[in-house]
Amino acid sequence: MDFNTAEELLELCNKENKPISSVMRLREIVYGELDANEVEIRMKKSLGIMRNSAHEPLKTIMRSMGGMIGGEASKLEKRRIEGKSICGNVLTKALIYSQAVLEVNASMGVIVAAPTAGSAGVLPAVLFALEEEFGLSEETVMNGLFTAGAIGCLLMKNASVSGAEAGCQAEIGSAAAMASAAAVEMMGGTPEQCLDAAAITISNMLGLVCDPIAGLVEMPCQSRNAAGASNALTSAEMALAGIKAAVPFSEMADSMYRVGKGLPSELRETALGGCAATPTGCALKCKIFGGCN
Amino acid sequence: MAFISVFEVIGPNMVGPSSSHTAGAASIARLAGKMLHRKIKKIDFILYGSFAQTYKGHGTDRALLGGIMGFETDDVRIRDSFEIAEKEGIEFSFSPNTVETDVHPNTVDMLIEDISGQKLTVRGESLGGGKVKLTKINGVKVHFTGEYHALIVIHKDHPGVISKVTDVFGKQHVNIAFLRVYRETKGGDAYMIIESDEEITKNAVDEIEKNPFVRETMLIRR
Ligand code: SF4
Repeated sequence: MDFNTAEELLELCNKENKPISSVMRLREIVYGELDANEVEIRMKKSLGIMRNSAHEPLKTIMRSMGGMIGGEASKLEKRRIEGKSICGNVLTKALIYSQAVLEVNASMGVIVAAPTAGSAGVLPAVLFALEEEFGLSEETVMNGLFTAGAIGCLLMKNASVSGAEAGCQAEIGSAAAMASAAAVEMMGGTPEQCLDAAAITISNMLGLVCDPIAGLVEMPCQSRNAAGASNALTSAEMALAGIKAAVPFSEMADSMYRVGKGLPSELRETALGGCAATPTGCALKCKIFGGCN
Repeated sequence: MAFISVFEVIGPNMVGPSSSHTAGAASIARLAGKMLHRKIKKIDFILYGSFAQTYKGHGTDRALLGGIMGFETDDVRIRDSFEIAEKEGIEFSFSPNTVETDVHPNTVDMLIEDISGQKLTVRGESLGGGKVKLTKINGVKVHFTGEYHALIVIHKDHPGVISKVTDVFGKQHVNIAFLRVYRETKGGDAYMIIESDEEITKNAVDEIEKNPFVRETMLIRR
């Protein structure tokens, strides 16, 4: 029941005539430490934490540790409620929730890393925007989580989900790939289409560097989560329309890893390049940690 | 290829903001805390590499202190761990060491003293994604992740001790998954780390402690 590549995953889905989420559940029960019931309970708990972190900042403004972010979700929500949003409800809600989770994260609230803390906003954003706008059941959302887990698992095995190792494409890019596959399955797409969406997402986020200002998971991380969520919805829409990925998932995962390994260390979480190395980025760092003249 | 659980991808559940600098820090200290027999009186944290540079903005300090008091990575009390430790009467300090650079970028040394005055030094590394390992105990190089139930046996480096200890496990029907022995000098203190899928019983530990060459044991539940 285990799989190491996208091809093996697809073969299992086709052989069993099951969606990716079912194969992922079975795999967890067979090889993991929990039985079927415990797996559902544990995932429901994670879903609850995600739900809370996506909504809490709309009620209470959170102060981030570094003080660079806070209140972004509310600003977007205000515009949405006023009917001014140019993105439509699905995308706008996804943007809102992605910002909210990062606000919770940056203020030492509880989140679910998916696959990392810095990219934790992408998956809940897509799940809850679709759930609310299409009236999906909790079961469907749970399926989305398992499908996302399968894609993340493939990326952990065959590429990387670490910004320090392979740049932000490996964090936000992976989160977005996971979310796009989840969206496709939740909206009734096939396993092939899930993998197409994930492959398109990776190709669209290829090369994204990791450059956190002051080394903190605040900026540009927070707005990158919005970018990840919108990328995920874009590729899901394309895959659901029957558009194939130009390069299959396995090759894209491999390519992402190679690109990541090729990034200079300045652009892999060391906060020595990109946004972090701009005059503004450096000034913010001085303001937060002091020690500058 | 090793099995990757869905909960390693969708997880850990954690107090933000960073899986390596916050969740990992909490896990390292929590693991060290499990090695103590008595309440903690004083702890000094020495931070290296990226921990030393950014610990304040990542709440690494709060996470470490929370971890040593036994808080899990998703325990919101981590945010208030300074206040909680003060109330518990625990003395604590944090010192960045930016001079030594030939260490893993996210490394911490914990100099611990319990209420009886007994001291313990533990070094841990946060490996990313919340994964951690302990790399030194009282200056002796080890490799310990806490992913299994474990028994750490500190003993005199003497012929036959290891087989006597593993004998006890056999008699108690506890299956050993991994066994590693570390020592500083020949005939000096040695550290045996025994990891098991099953919980290691108190009986087994009592039996092992009867061995005259065994100086101390630490039972660590997963
Ligand atoms: S910029 Fe770096 S720290 Fe921020 S989300 Fe991207 S990978 Fe994570």
